[in-house]
Amino acid sequence: MTLRNNSGPVKWILIILVILFLAVFLILPLVYILMTALGKGVEVYKASITDKYAVKAIQLTVQATLWAVAVNTIFGIAAAWCLTKYAFRGKKIISTFIDLPVTVSPIIAGLIYVLTFGRQSFLYPILDSRGIQIIFAVPGIILATIFVTFPFISRELIPVLNAQGTDEEEAAALMGAGTFTIFRRVTFPHIKWALLYGIVLCTARAMGEFGAVSVLSGHLRGKTNTLPLYIELLYQGYDYTGAFAASSILVIMAVLVLILRLFLERRGQKELDIHK
Amino acid sequence: MKASKSRSIIPGFGLSFGVMITILSLVVLLPLCSLVVFTLKLTPSEFLYTITRPRVLSGYRVSISTALAAASVNTVMGLIMAWVLVRYEFPGKKLIDGIIELPFALPTAVAGISLTHLTTTNGWVGKIFFDRFGIRIAYTRLGITIALIFIGIPFVVRSVQPVLEKIDIQYEEAAMILGADRRTTFLRVIFPEILPSLISGFTLAFARSIGEYGSVVFIAGNTPYETEIAPLLIMSELQEFDYAAATSIALVMLAIAFVILSINAVLQSKVSRRISGLA
Repeated sequence: MTLRNNSGPVKWILIILVILFLAVFLILPLVYILMTALGKGVEVYKASITDKYAVKAIQLTVQATLWAVAVNTIFGIAAAWCLTKYAFRGKKIISTFIDLPVTVSPIIAGLIYVLTFGRQSFLYPILDSRGIQIIFAVPGIILATIFVTFPFISRELIPVLNAQGTDEEEAAALMGAGTFTIFRRVTFPHIKWALLYGIVLCTARAMGEFGAVSVLSGHLRGKTNTLPLYIELLYQGYDYTGAFAASSILVIMAVLVLILRLFLERRGQKELDIHK
Repeated sequence: MKASKSRSIIPGFGLSFGVMITILSLVVLLPLCSLVVFTLKLTPSEFLYTITRPRVLSGYRVSISTALAAASVNTVMGLIMAWVLVRYEFPGKKLIDGIIELPFALPTAVAGISLTHLTTTNGWVGKIFFDRFGIRIAYTRLGITIALIFIGIPFVVRSVQPVLEKIDIQYEEAAMILGADRRTTFLRVIFPEILPSLISGFTLAFARSIGEYGSVVFIAGNTPYETEIAPLLIMSELQEFDYAAATSIALVMLAIAFVILSINAVLQSKVSRRISGLA
């Protein structure tokens, strides 16, 4: 007779409470978006998401997301490898700085980039003389997206590499393998699921980032509007069907992410269990 | 002696360290330095004037009070959700476990417009509350709290769940054999074990909530002194290119976040010392 096996009324009251809470707070908003998006018929929905500016916004979002995934993958692999395979001073402080971007408000993230590349920055004359514009332009949006997703990939790789240890790499190195051979043949097979999982998380966050991108975007329709900013624009223009139609694209992506997550987590867990 | 980097036989330290530091510097350290440099240029009187303006003070108040309310709701519901997911078996459990992560996957702006539409006085949910009880949800602090509850749902569940899973059943069995009823067993045996994770989940949800922008800005209505959150004040200063004021408001927000996370760190070490019998 333990708490684990109790099946009294308390169990069902708590389960129903949880289901109601999640239904109201999580499911209802999702259903509402899809219903409003399709509320005026499939034709209107199709027209909304194939609108010239909607397509431009999707393109810019994809562009920023690809950049964020590429930079954070390179960084994530290098950082995870470096922090787990070697002993050196300052690991803790480096880890703190890597995690910092997700702890600050997205608005503050945008602000520090404005301070770095804006008109009052010492970098501004140098960049300006070369005709490079960063804030209120596409590079600013890309930088903000990289910033807010910065630790997503390294954070997934570090626990896996820590659990795996360094024995296999050391053996490979003693037998004369070079850096890239060791990585490709020894390390990569261990981290591939975790890496894919990190990429999925990074993609989800990158596509949906709003606050930081909003600060750095010039809000030019068709030029510096990402999908979430385009949704804001439609919403403020009282084009609710359009706003929810554009949102539905992101909703579908979010649901896909959740499904992929379940699948990848299971594969990754197997990988971790082998080393335990 | 720590093993020096040259002693590792795995090649590639220079390459991986170089790539890591270069990207870290460009993406995080450089912007952070410019924040520090810009802060040093602020005069104390200018800083104090900005952050003590009544509108700014009320912005902090709105942000902190709604974040506290939302994090408290999430702590209670998070504990219940973690409990249900770890201790009970029922159909659809896997699905619920997956759905909890939705606020991380769904873009905040999308959540924001959806919650707003649902809770206006004409919305599916807002209509019921307004007609029956005369309560307005959208464009009030209650609305802000609702949005913050949405984005904070995963934090407490995900921090309590693994701890609850690891609790050894022997202690519960021992307590029950010694005559404790269910309530006593929960309060005296299980609760102290999960308290640190509960606190840490609360802190994470709270820290995330005071900085939140995307989901709140639509539902808040943004009436000065009433429903204007601190991140929005930073945003409006930026739109007027008043970088000094924006930075001043942001510095206070960063300080608040820092204090909360430090309190959590201190509490964590205290509680864990008490559990291990050191204090």
